[in-house]
Amino acid sequence: MEPVPAPILRIQAADFDVAAEIDRLSQARADVGAIVTFTGICRAEEGRLAALELEHYPGMAEAEIGRIAGEAVRRWELSGLTVIHRIGLVKPGQNIVLVAAGSVHRQAAFEAASFVMDFLKSRAPFWKREHLNDGTTGDWVEARDADEDRIRGWAVTKD
Amino acid sequence: MASDVKLVYFAWVRERIGKAEEDIDLPAEVSTVAQLLVFLRERGEEYRNALARPEVIRVAIDHEHVDHGHSIAGAREIALFPPMTGG
Repeated sequence: MEPVPAPILRIQAADFDVAAEIDRLSQARADVGAIVTFTGICRAEEGRLAALELEHYPGMAEAEIGRIAGEAVRRWELSGLTVIHRIGLVKPGQNIVLVAAGSVHRQAAFEAASFVMDFLKSRAPFWKREHLNDGTTGDWVEARDADEDRIRGWAVTKD
Repeated sequence: MASDVKLVYFAWVRERIGKAEEDIDLPAEVSTVAQLLVFLRERGEEYRNALARPEVIRVAIDHEHVDHGHSIAGAREIALFPPMTGG
């Protein structure tokens, strides 16, 4: 494969265009045979939720996403990798996060996208808090043990 | 020798302590993350409340994750925060 281009990593308040990001990866070079995308979306939580507020640690969030993306590029033969994480208020139905991984064949793209998402959830310094439909500020979202288990799963299979 | 370090707090750790960041003079005997958490809990009710369960507190030194046994020697910025919930 051609040399791996630097991953595209963005933290932004604005929404993103999934189709445009896929095009960016597929048009960048001629050997792209597969692009896997994951889009994380804000749930309505049975109508309770007005919005999620996403806080982050400026500086470390960029550094940590860079380390996660760097590890993915080392583990899998990727033609490109894009990670976009939103901050601020996100309403139900709106995008929160995008991971897009491109490769010659599908397997590397699937695995790399899954790896990056798992580490984004448990290692990238972002925190979600609920804003409720009754106008009040709700609780901070609690981390799930299952997410931490998935991190350990990747460590065990580390080559 | 005491050392001057910047502490930064996020999410409910920030809310319970009541500030986003502060500069603090650490006595020389505070040399690990675990010792820092003990030291901070003695600073007042809001710190005791924020750090009541130290085992859930995540720590980063100069933008990198560390465990509670890690040395804080030479740290410029130490961040305390809850388990992360991005993605």
